[in-house]
Amino acid sequence: MAEAFENCAVGMMSLMLDPGRVETRRRVELSARGMDAKSLLVAWLSEILYRVEAEGCAFASFEVGEIDEVAVAGWGEGEPLDAVKHAAALEIKAPTYHMLELGEREGVWTAQVIFDV
Amino acid sequence: MGILETVKEIGDFTWEIPPWAQEGMLVPGIVFADRELLEKAARDNALQQVANVACLPGIVKASMAMPDIHWGYGFPIGGVAATDHELGVISPGGVGYDISCGVRLIKTSITRAEMGDRLREAIDLLDARVPKGLGTKGRLRLDRGEMERMMRKGARELVDRGIGWEEDLEAMEENGRYPGADPAKVSERAFSRGRDQVGTLGSGNHFLEIQAVEDVSPTAEGLGLFEGQVVVMAHSGSRGLGHQVCTDYVEVMGATLGRYGYRLPDRQLVCAPVRSREGSDYLAAMACAANFAMCNREAITHWIRECFEKVFRAGARELGMELLYDVSHNLAKVEEHTVDGRKRKLVVHRKGATRAFPGSRPEVGEKFTRSGQPVIIPGDMGTFSYVLVGTEEAMERSLGSTCHGAGRAMSRKAAKKRVRGGELKERLEREGILVRTDHLAGLAEEAPEAYKDVRDVVRICEGAGLSRVVARMRPLAVIKG
Repeated sequence: MAEAFENCAVGMMSLMLDPGRVETRRRVELSARGMDAKSLLVAWLSEILYRVEAEGCAFASFEVGEIDEVAVAGWGEGEPLDAVKHAAALEIKAPTYHMLELGEREGVWTAQVIFDV
Repeated sequence: MGILETVKEIGDFTWEIPPWAQEGMLVPGIVFADRELLEKAARDNALQQVANVACLPGIVKASMAMPDIHWGYGFPIGGVAATDHELGVISPGGVGYDISCGVRLIKTSITRAEMGDRLREAIDLLDARVPKGLGTKGRLRLDRGEMERMMRKGARELVDRGIGWEEDLEAMEENGRYPGADPAKVSERAFSRGRDQVGTLGSGNHFLEIQAVEDVSPTAEGLGLFEGQVVVMAHSGSRGLGHQVCTDYVEVMGATLGRYGYRLPDRQLVCAPVRSREGSDYLAAMACAANFAMCNREAITHWIRECFEKVFRAGARELGMELLYDVSHNLAKVEEHTVDGRKRKLVVHRKGATRAFPGSRPEVGEKFTRSGQPVIIPGDMGTFSYVLVGTEEAMERSLGSTCHGAGRAMSRKAAKKRVRGGELKERLEREGILVRTDHLAGLAEEAPEAYKDVRDVVRICEGAGLSRVVARMRPLAVIKG
């Protein structure tokens, strides 16, 4: 589950910019709460989106420290957002609940998130 | 049986999804379309979404869809849903993340011939002056108090600061000030996301376009439009502030849904009674975002005027740069409508649909009593945009609503596969349309072939009596966010 959350976060970043161009110079603490695992995923991605848009963070990678069905805490690594350096492409308005999927099958977690862009 | 098999034609370009088509539907679905667009909507699951919306508690008359209907998040884009103000619900998803996303058209007295070579100069200057894309800040720096005043007072706040003109206000819905705004209902996160974004275009389908008026009806003269006239169109919304207000209230209402005992076919349809605390808080926060969006477009207008002043070495008033009208196509409004012969106070959610009132409605100012309310319809980059006006028939048929644009026919992903941004830019420039963008892949997502033909959409709206065409415009130069 932790890895699914980390990968969803990188996936979201890659829609906005090129994470490969982001240097990991800064570590930012991230946390979110939800009512269940799905709403937790939306809250986690909303938290990261907020850090990007309001605080100007660009992230290259994520690490989930602690996670259960209703709370997640972890870190994002990156540097201040630079539209040119990071090849900023698209703004994301929000992760949505529409056709949201998150689940485990035979030890493999899969997730599907549709973003409003 | 699929939804499409239940649909029957009940009038000109008007199709009904009967309430028995799906369990839980409280009213029928009504889709304004021709057979081709109807079948398209069925294929991309948007008809299913129309049926889902018909399950909203307190929905009145019908779950409606305009001809530019396409698949959205929970609610279809192009959807109109009215709920009873006393007994019904309000749903943030029925408004969308980009609260009060909208379009405005600024007139000029310049003709296409007079524009000539100065087109390039004008579009380059606009490109430099109007911030766009991710990670760019607006040119206005506002403190907390100024932000709050803007949310409460709307475009009036900017006009009082010398940004925009007094007469712009009468060419905006609600005179530029959506009532009932309360910044205390807007989260700190929403404040932070919107703080430096007044006067920024954003990305995605937002754009600025210099256009030429090509074809006009007799109503055009009364609106100050003429053939060969250069006009400027701006499409943007409430930026991060509105996106966060929607995000916040989808969470709030998701948490309280059980308390009201609502069972919904899609979690993105979360809602609360209009008269509950969550419902009224959302309305007050949504009003702040709507006012913010109108300020955003007003600030952009100010810079458009400045750019033209510089290029033409004349004042913007001398250049006839009046605002024709500003519409929001993602908003919920409290309106009075006659339903089954009875006057009722409703909350009309329009998501990817535009209010289109006749001149007789009190909301439409004196300036438009004769013409009806102008409706601005952006097309895609390669074809046309339109000015329409509202009609009396629309009040009865669609609760005074019409389409909002061409509507997507292809997903962004499919468009990117089919079209290359660089080639598209060259193709448009061969057709005489200048294109400025920082993001060529994003340009491909907005390619003309990714959209339905706006001409069909507008023709159907006219055929169904939802609005009348006043003028058609051709793009000359485009800035893509």
